[in-house]
Amino acid sequence: MSDKMKEVPGVYLRDSELKAPDAIVFKSRPNAKYVWTAGIAYSGYLEAFKNGKIIGRRCRECERIIVPPRMFCEQCFRSTDEWVYVKDTGTINTFSISYLDADANRIEEPILVAVIDLDGASEGIGILHIVGNCAPDDLHIGMKLRAVWKPENERIGCVTDIKFFEPLKED
Amino acid sequence: MTIKRRVAVIGAGITSFRRRLKETGKELSYHAAKMALDSAEMNLSEIESVVMGTAPDAFDGIHMKSENLLDGAGGTGRPYTRPFVGGGTGVFSPIAGWWHVASGLFDTCLVVAEEKMSPVQPHPQTAFRTIWDPITTRPLNPNLVWIFALEMNRYMKTYNIPKEHIAEVAVKNKGNALDHPSAQLAAKITVDDVLNSETMVWPVQRLDISPPSDGAAALILCSEEVARKYTDAPVWIDGVGWSLDSSYWTNRDLVFPQYVAEAAKMAYKMAKIDDPPKQVSFAEPYDPFTYKELHHMEGLLLAKKGEAPKMTAEGITQRDGKLPICPSGGLLGVGNPIAAAGLMKCCEAFWQLRNEAGKRQVDGAETGVCQAWGDLMQVGTVTVFRR
Amino acid sequence: MTVAIVGIGHTDFRSTTPDVSFKEQMFEAAMKAYQDAGVNPRKDIGSFITAAEDYWEGYSIFDEFIPDQLGAVLRSVCTISGDGIQALVTGAMQVETGLFDIVAVEAHSKASDMLSFTGIVNHALDPVYNRSMNANPFFIAGLEMRKYLSETKNTREQCAQVVTKNKMNALDNPLAAYPGVMSVDEVMKSKMISDPLSMRDVSPLADGAIVFVLASEKKAKELSNYPIWLKGMSWISETPWLESRDWSDALYARKTAQKAFKMAGITNPQKQLDLVEVDDWFSYKELQHLEAMGVCEKGEAGKLLEQGKFNRDGDLPVNVSGGRLGAGNLLEASSLQSVLECVLQLRGHAGKRQVKDARTAVAQSWRGVPTATGSMVVLGSEK
Repeated sequence: MSDKMKEVPGVYLRDSELKAPDAIVFKSRPNAKYVWTAGIAYSGYLEAFKNGKIIGRRCRECERIIVPPRMFCEQCFRSTDEWVYVKDTGTINTFSISYLDADANRIEEPILVAVIDLDGASEGIGILHIVGNCAPDDLHIGMKLRAVWKPENERIGCVTDIKFFEPLKED
Repeated sequence: MTIKRRVAVIGAGITSFRRRLKETGKELSYHAAKMALDSAEMNLSEIESVVMGTAPDAFDGIHMKSENLLDGAGGTGRPYTRPFVGGGTGVFSPIAGWWHVASGLFDTCLVVAEEKMSPVQPHPQTAFRTIWDPITTRPLNPNLVWIFALEMNRYMKTYNIPKEHIAEVAVKNKGNALDHPSAQLAAKITVDDVLNSETMVWPVQRLDISPPSDGAAALILCSEEVARKYTDAPVWIDGVGWSLDSSYWTNRDLVFPQYVAEAAKMAYKMAKIDDPPKQVSFAEPYDPFTYKELHHMEGLLLAKKGEAPKMTAEGITQRDGKLPICPSGGLLGVGNPIAAAGLMKCCEAFWQLRNEAGKRQVDGAETGVCQAWGDLMQVGTVTVFRR
Repeated sequence: MTVAIVGIGHTDFRSTTPDVSFKEQMFEAAMKAYQDAGVNPRKDIGSFITAAEDYWEGYSIFDEFIPDQLGAVLRSVCTISGDGIQALVTGAMQVETGLFDIVAVEAHSKASDMLSFTGIVNHALDPVYNRSMNANPFFIAGLEMRKYLSETKNTREQCAQVVTKNKMNALDNPLAAYPGVMSVDEVMKSKMISDPLSMRDVSPLADGAIVFVLASEKKAKELSNYPIWLKGMSWISETPWLESRDWSDALYARKTAQKAFKMAGITNPQKQLDLVEVDDWFSYKELQHLEAMGVCEKGEAGKLLEQGKFNRDGDLPVNVSGGRLGAGNLLEASSLQSVLECVLQLRGHAGKRQVKDARTAVAQSWRGVPTATGSMVVLGSEK
């Protein structure tokens, strides 16, 4: 703010003014509905989820196996070559403990979320998912997890066909 | 690479930043634009082109909102475009203004950044529901803060960064903001205040986060010839850079913002800077969260990887330190009306380099770097300003 | 201004594309454009620009989802929230600064993903002053059409003839989504949306993606045997207020034409232009735009259309590609579809649609209801 200028424009509108009885408020709810085409790559991904599997694509040039699958390799800029199943186990790359829901409301039971590098995919190739059956304090980077699937008749072809990932008990 | 012609900044304006302002988006744009024009003693009629920076339409609740805002931004009857790179927009819009003038097509360009996050109900967070991939991510009902927490955790764990060092950023920036008239959340706080604030999404705590805000800012850009007519203290845009990383962020290592480094390298190359920590007088990296200032300092090659927290703890980044970072007070102190916040940093650079920053003045400021960031931890936008 | 288009790539345009995602569409168009230009995006292209609007896509901050399929990861990428030509001129400006030699420009439409198109268009109306009308937002076009026809004495029949001509032209455009033989009568008898705007006066939505590769003069000569030069370009936004608009004149088209023609040395459009692709989101817009551009006097366009002047074999072919009415309304990508036609024609690659000896072409755009924003580029096969 230039020291030559003394005042900044802008009138602070407090919450109380907004809720005052003589405030005129009207609401508008957008009618904006979409159905996003999954296309070839995501359709394969979701089909696999329905079948209780996680699938990726391989690029023969850089040799990466990538998940979520895409029909193009963004590093080499060429079509990917084949479908490859990866395991439903993995390692925590990073995690967090959320006390907020999607609308920023506070929640009592935290949601545990992690980026999980999947076994069978290339290094650093992970997906975002929820962690369950785990105490927040037990979470650590490098922790091994395993997917807990919904029963077959409840799977619909969605990433939530995996209920969550739980700690993989090492024997 | 030979740049066709040099571009100067000769005026700047900014509104108050608050959780909710009475003014409409058009009015905020107008106030910032008028202030910038007045500061340069220019008339709108002398402006040949306009660039508008503003982040997702979902906040204002207006599709093609750039069209709705254009009259307030002085765009009526002018070539007007809205370049958009999410949170990076605030520092990207002067870059867009830069190419309007540097290309030779226009001698002047008015750059306005506006943000009105308050219309969305129940909370601006709700608008962020729509930034996610609807197939791979949305079904998990994520909250925006999740990705920052995930990145923050990775960064902290990789370099064993104590939370105290990160908390210092909030203390510094909110304190710096006490001298910024637009500031929304300026305050004198302590490291303990930060460490004791409620955990939102671990490890992110309440005082780690900048607030959603309404606000606007503006810059006047012009050619060298025009600048010499209006002022004997033009501020030059000597470097521009921008880079966007893959949308598949779960396939990337979040410990280092490679996209910021790419953008910085591009801007430094143009500005002929080969030793950033020595050749940069101050920096305004994007600080929507405490750890991001540190993350971005490293991305801007102003600190070695993992070293930014220590530099902060040692006081190097204070206003009177060796490398002042966010002398304005940053987003944490001034506020975060997304696009306007980035441009606020550029306004700061402008005032600093003209010795007009008053109590916030960094001594001997010669070269300033501004940087913004956004999307799914993807974009880095960098501008180098010089006196 | 010495920027040329040296590569073009596109999908075809279809009413719906349930088999591919927008990313896969973009990848196809990008692949083809880079092949055409002989460039590797990972090495040769300096900057990538997409024209896109969040609400058309259904994603906020849409630029998040563009770099991968364009080969632009960790490169300079941005979105222009505007129409394709605004992205094109942005690319041209970037090249002109000297910062980049080669820039890619992209736009696409996945309109079939939208379930509530009218609701989304309505969402662009001013929330305080206009949204409460609670009418189909194309009432704005209805108001304008009535005022335009009453002032110019052009007729509804002539507007309907625009539809007939463009759909007929589309029959020879293998990319087009809605080629067909439709009589003036069929158009006139179609259901009213907002009198006098009837359903068939409105261009139908389509999906498709288009990518261009732009190059500086030096690189253009290296990369292409037939660079198509951007000889003139202009874009402008007039007042967003419905309440203070001139409801009959397309001021944006008038002003952009003045500027772009001046840049390109066009003083006599009818004589110097070989073909024109103008926005025809609504049938009457084609006539309105032609008059505003100075191709003919105000009120003359309808008559000249009837005389066949704007037919493919006429004096000045207009919308040979079929325009939005025949090729499909690709939203922000339609203006690039207009540019695509110009480039194909100027390269001599327009097949059955080829306009003989085409050397100079114009693509003109409008951003649709409720805006008064439009752009124009003049393209030439000679520098």
